[in-house]
Amino acid sequence: MEQQIGLWVGAFLTMGIISFLYKDNPWYKLTEAIFVGISAGYWFVALFWDNIVGKFWIGVFDRGDYYLLVGAVLGLLMLMRLAPKIGWISRWPLSFVVGAISGFYLLNYFSSNVMLQVQSTIMPLFSPQFNDPLFTSSAGNIISNLFIAGGTFTGLVYFFFSKEHKGAFGGAAKIGIWVIMITFGASFGYTVMSRMSLLIGRMYFIFGEWLNLIG
Amino acid sequence: MLKQILVYALILALSLIGYFVITEPIILGPTASMVIIILIALVLLYILVRTIMGSFVGRRTVFTFVAIAVILPFFMTVDQPIKVSPEVQQLYDAVMALRPGSKVLVSFDYDPPSAPELQPMAESFFALCIERDLKIIIMGLWPQGPQQADLAMQTILREEAFAGKSWKYGTDYVNLGFQSGNEFVIQRMGGEIGSMFHNDFYGTPYDSLPLVRNIKNFSNIDFSFNLSAGYPGSVEWVQVAVDRYGLKMGAGNTAVQAPQMYPYLRAGQLTGLLGGLNGAAEFEKVTGRKAKGTRFMVSQSFSHVVVIAFIIIGNAAFFLGEKRRKKPEGETS
Repeated sequence: MEQQIGLWVGAFLTMGIISFLYKDNPWYKLTEAIFVGISAGYWFVALFWDNIVGKFWIGVFDRGDYYLLVGAVLGLLMLMRLAPKIGWISRWPLSFVVGAISGFYLLNYFSSNVMLQVQSTIMPLFSPQFNDPLFTSSAGNIISNLFIAGGTFTGLVYFFFSKEHKGAFGGAAKIGIWVIMITFGASFGYTVMSRMSLLIGRMYFIFGEWLNLIG
Repeated sequence: MLKQILVYALILALSLIGYFVITEPIILGPTASMVIIILIALVLLYILVRTIMGSFVGRRTVFTFVAIAVILPFFMTVDQPIKVSPEVQQLYDAVMALRPGSKVLVSFDYDPPSAPELQPMAESFFALCIERDLKIIIMGLWPQGPQQADLAMQTILREEAFAGKSWKYGTDYVNLGFQSGNEFVIQRMGGEIGSMFHNDFYGTPYDSLPLVRNIKNFSNIDFSFNLSAGYPGSVEWVQVAVDRYGLKMGAGNTAVQAPQMYPYLRAGQLTGLLGGLNGAAEFEKVTGRKAKGTRFMVSQSFSHVVVIAFIIIGNAAFFLGEKRRKKPEGETS
């Protein structure tokens, strides 16, 4: 019985959201308000139990991890911005967060998104690895390597604004913009696929799980 | 207002008819399916011709066609050939290369809205792991991730194929639950997993779980699979667990996120990638377990054809509109 009630509520809310495609209406507004309210409540409760109780309270009072008090104090200082007169204090924990995260990200991004990506772009064009003999790579791989090397180069040329985009340089920039557009197109295609998948999931819920019309 | 109430009443009536009157599933045979496909194609062609002649359709027509393209394939008996791509094959091969008893860490970094894409991947991956007798350690950087993992595991364990398997919680698989802290959780896990997960999803202490009792950090994990719908997700796992700690990892992503992951795949930072519903269907094909991913792909393909058709129609409308605007006043018909 509880499951049936859940299905009916789910169907009611799903159709409420979809009804916006026709036009804005009270059913949609009600559903949207329920969604926003439940999301906010859920996140508040989840983070309260996970962070304040699970990490801080149990950590300090059960396990004796007193270093967590430093984080708690910084957290409290962050709330000082609610009082305009002493709001400046909140900049201290904020600077700590910005500094720590910058340091962490600098290393991660430089290693994963710069060094390793550059390395994988500078591949031998006609062989699988640097020490392999020439032309041992498959035709598909050679084309792929050429496309990546050419695409990266022309893409970079497009973003080089210190020289006017004219002549051979302009031609390379034009190829670069085509490569960028193809990338955006592929990304858009994937986005359409993703959004359609969500719609498919909801429609399957309505016609399959709720109405039981799918065999 | 009266019109709105009437529309609501109509939707309610249709829902009640669907729920109480139609008790048998609707199945359209191959002939009926083909007739419907041809009819839809003809109507789309008619819309294109109308557009070329200067009569444009409204956005609600587009919505209706997309809805038809998504819903109708559920009732049709149409099969779609699925070709397994190298990145999916790579993930499958990596799992198949693991010895029975190997420990696989699966992080569920998504919530119910992304379930249509990622849940089929999770189920297929669990099925393959159970079949191969791999030990599964579940966790999540998103609060609802471990619940999704639980659902996937229960679905698989209910399947007839695994009825004979005595798959036990604690020794064969564990669910460590959610941990807040995003990529810093991964960073700490690199040092000591137990420092981030004192208890599992059900409150059992980490050290009381036989499967993970002796697992200190990533060096004790043989393979990792990340299901991600955004931040924190596969990118963070690659940056910290793979590049810093050398964990071998495959990923399953929503289609929106997949293009972002391909550079990592090419650079060898990822061992296999499942991108969107397509990736889920391909993984089902390679594992030989046809499920929702394969089924949903027919709807996916139909809707893509409709979207492409409307892109063509939209472009026709745009360029014809441009042409008309460029014509001098006197020349317009």
